Amino acid sequence: MPDDQVTHGSSEGDGDHAGEPASLETLSLDAPQFQPAAKHPERAEAVVAFSFVAALLGYVAFGVAYWQNWRSEVLGVTIGIGFMMTGVGMVAWGKYLMPPGPFVEERHRMVATPEERQRFVGDFASRGKVAVAGRRSFLAKLFGAAVGVLSIVAAFPLLRSLGPLPGKTLYSTKWRQGSKLVDITGKPVHVDELDVGGALTVFPEDDIGGASSQTMLVRAAAQALPATMPGRETWGPDGYLAYSKVCTHAGCPVGLYQEQFQQLLCPCHQSVFDILNGGEPVFGPAPRPLPQLPLYVDSHGFLRAQADYNEPVGPGFWERGND
Amino acid sequence: MTDTLRGGMSRLVQSRSRRSRRAAGSPSKLVDTTDRAYTWFDDRLGISGGGRSLLNKIFPDHWSFMLGEIALYSFVVLVLTGIFLTLYFVPSTATVIYNGPYKPLDGQKVSAAYLSTIDLSFTVRFGLIMRQMHHWSANIFVGAIVVHMCRVFFTGSFRRPRELNWIIGVTLLTLAIFNGFLGYSLPDDLISGTGIRIAFSILLSMPLVGSYLAFFLFGGSFPGDAIIPRFFILHVLILPAIIAILIGAHLALLVRHKHAHFKGEGATEHNVVGSPLWPTFSAKTGGYFFLVTGVTALLGALVQINPIWQFGQYVPYKVSYAVQPDWYMGWLDGALRVMTPWEIVAGGHMVPNAFFPGILLPGLTFGILYAWPFIEARFTGDRGEHHILDNPRDRPWRTAIGAAVLSFYLVLFGASSTDVLANYFSISLNAVLQAFQILTVAVPFVVGFVAYRICVELQHAPGSGKRKRANIMMRSVTGGYSTVPTEARPGDGRVMPEPVDLDLVDLDMTPNGASAPAPATPAAGNGAEAPVEAPEELEAAPKATATRTRARSAAAKATASSTGDGAGEAGEPAPASRSRAKKVSPASTDGEEKPGKGGVKRIPRDYR
Repeated sequence: MPDDQVTHGSSEGDGDHAGEPASLETLSLDAPQFQPAAKHPERAEAVVAFSFVAALLGYVAFGVAYWQNWRSEVLGVTIGIGFMMTGVGMVAWGKYLMPPGPFVEERHRMVATPEERQRFVGDFASRGKVAVAGRRSFLAKLFGAAVGVLSIVAAFPLLRSLGPLPGKTLYSTKWRQGSKLVDITGKPVHVDELDVGGALTVFPEDDIGGASSQTMLVRAAAQALPATMPGRETWGPDGYLAYSKVCTHAGCPVGLYQEQFQQLLCPCHQSVFDILNGGEPVFGPAPRPLPQLPLYVDSHGFLRAQADYNEPVGPGFWERGND
Repeated sequence: MTDTLRGGMSRLVQSRSRRSRRAAGSPSKLVDTTDRAYTWFDDRLGISGGGRSLLNKIFPDHWSFMLGEIALYSFVVLVLTGIFLTLYFVPSTATVIYNGPYKPLDGQKVSAAYLSTIDLSFTVRFGLIMRQMHHWSANIFVGAIVVHMCRVFFTGSFRRPRELNWIIGVTLLTLAIFNGFLGYSLPDDLISGTGIRIAFSILLSMPLVGSYLAFFLFGGSFPGDAIIPRFFILHVLILPAIIAILIGAHLALLVRHKHAHFKGEGATEHNVVGSPLWPTFSAKTGGYFFLVTGVTALLGALVQINPIWQFGQYVPYKVSYAVQPDWYMGWLDGALRVMTPWEIVAGGHMVPNAFFPGILLPGLTFGILYAWPFIEARFTGDRGEHHILDNPRDRPWRTAIGAAVLSFYLVLFGASSTDVLANYFSISLNAVLQAFQILTVAVPFVVGFVAYRICVELQHAPGSGKRKRANIMMRSVTGGYSTVPTEARPGDGRVMPEPVDLDLVDLDMTPNGASAPAPATPAAGNGAEAPVEAPEELEAAPKATATRTRARSAAAKATASSTGDGAGEAGEPAPASRSRAKKVSPASTDGEEKPGKGGVKRIPRDYR
């Protein structure tokens, strides 16, 4: 027996642990720390056994279900049961049958002694000094210059290859003077298209589906309306009003026309805009009115834009000042 | 033969154990091969030395320490299910026509990304479950991180020396949220596309560089064709790689610092008390992995999540009612809603409205989270090492601040459903929004105050939360009152044995405590019948064990040092000796502890 202790100890403990004491104290498995935590270990064993059997059945059922291509819910439930029961079994095994302890372990000293720190930092610094001693500090400067320039040019691809510069993109849309209003299928919008209270998403004919050109066309009245704002007297022919569909808050489509209140509502954050009052926000987080598209009816009775929006559409950005 | 290359000691072990096995009459090829394989690796990796202390690594037992494990394991589930999904997902916005089993979409123009996600859900076997598991585990991942973080915060676990691990943890939270958002965006459905649009607007709102950032990320103006492939590579490679590396660092620091623990059961600032890695903690945590996976699988099988076929393909001019993001983005969405319609325009520049809730708020949130360990140390002046965790009630200020901040984000989260609430309760949206604007400001103060008071009150109730003994109130003849605790009932205050340092003991694998007298009986113990063996053989060869047990108990009888029934029970009949060590020992322990055969060595706590 003592013979065994020595062999055992040396085969596991030697080598790396040169400083460890040769003979460790012996702890019997009968020590209270090794007794199962369960009051009735045999019951715990039964639970674990049941769990593993159930897990096994779950996995088998999953295999069959997969092979037979049963409903996907069956696949998920069978493998889920397998996982759950495996987990229950393992946790119960560990919690109720394996040595519960308590066991203890010492913490390492985290803080270095001043001497240790001194030696490390000192070595680091003095070797570094040797490396750049005398004229060789010039080498260090050259190296620094090269790597410094590298770190600058390395950012170039990030800056110029990922995308174009914004330029004036955010300031304009595809609407031009005379652009025909068309719906998503490309059909031009005739002045008889909408009944009063009707709404339609329209685009310029050369940008159908365009994210920034999308415009909400509503017919608020049967005949021309008074100006929604001073200077917009001609913008709403035959009761038609067109506002940018890009919310000035976070850019969602302002998709809901509430005829009763003559308001447009953005479903994302519930900003509400008054279309009879220049698209002013009346509720919610949107800070600016929706830009209005000036319309006219051409000689064939089709709706066209008088010009592009007179301000950038959508949410704000830094470069955009007081316009 | 490799034998010649081995060190002398291991050869000795090898030859000894071979001989002894032959002697016991049960040569086991498997054990032999395993032995040799292990030695082969050990000779090249040097596992055994440090390996033993790794086996003995102590993990404290407390339910709240499992929260981080949920996060870890749901990340594993995310990676596994995610790999499956990448095999089928096509990260492209190219327009294709859908022709498949889902009839409502038949013949419609959709993007390749959307189509492949639909196909993944309806035609790939097990694909839908995998997709739903992936989505569920993403939600669980972020949730577990948040709850784990609450535990760390309220118990003061972020204090020195764990500040760096707190910082890694906060980074992991932000990355998890980002990656969740990216993954959520990939199917290119109507709801997620709206989310991308909002993200573009938030990027745009950043002062100075916003429009450049947005254009570089999206490859131009919104929506462009670049965003799905870019989000894809970020989602499946770059962010997961960073997350995996940081999780590695997080765990490495955990090993370096060792786990913090709560007061009690012999826990001090200089030790860790709990279960050893092998086998107790391994079994529990391994089982826990299966439980997390199992819950995710059942959720994926039974609870629908993100049915993109109902939302349809994203097109910029369409939008749906009740656009809510995944829960971990809810606070941001709520903040976007309750923000008052302010915008700063000055000097030819604009700070848009979305900046305040979309960039400033998360910036402050994570900035303060990063800085918290240092902020607190500045206020308390406490810069010492801490390994014993706080009871939250003992730090009323920290707890109150934490509770207030949490309630703030909870209110914001609630605010992300203003439209749904207004509809559901048929109240005006106006009223709901204004209520939330007031609640966002008011609730944190109320919660903070209440939490502070509760903490202070609880401090005066020692042992709260524990089962208490009844007290008898006595009135003395002079009219004074005093309380006397009643007798302890069984189960009151379990007496814990002394903690054992496994690094400093050798385990005697003999069952039944029959080992105790063995050292005293050299002659009898080393009888020809049963040579002593290395412990690993003991488990692998039950027959040999049985023989040995018999020999041991015979020896015990011979020396007459043991008269307990345990020894007799194991030694007596031949059939009984067939039962394995594990089965016998628990049953016979109780009776045997008493005689105190000297086998149990208690380790003094201050043995250093």
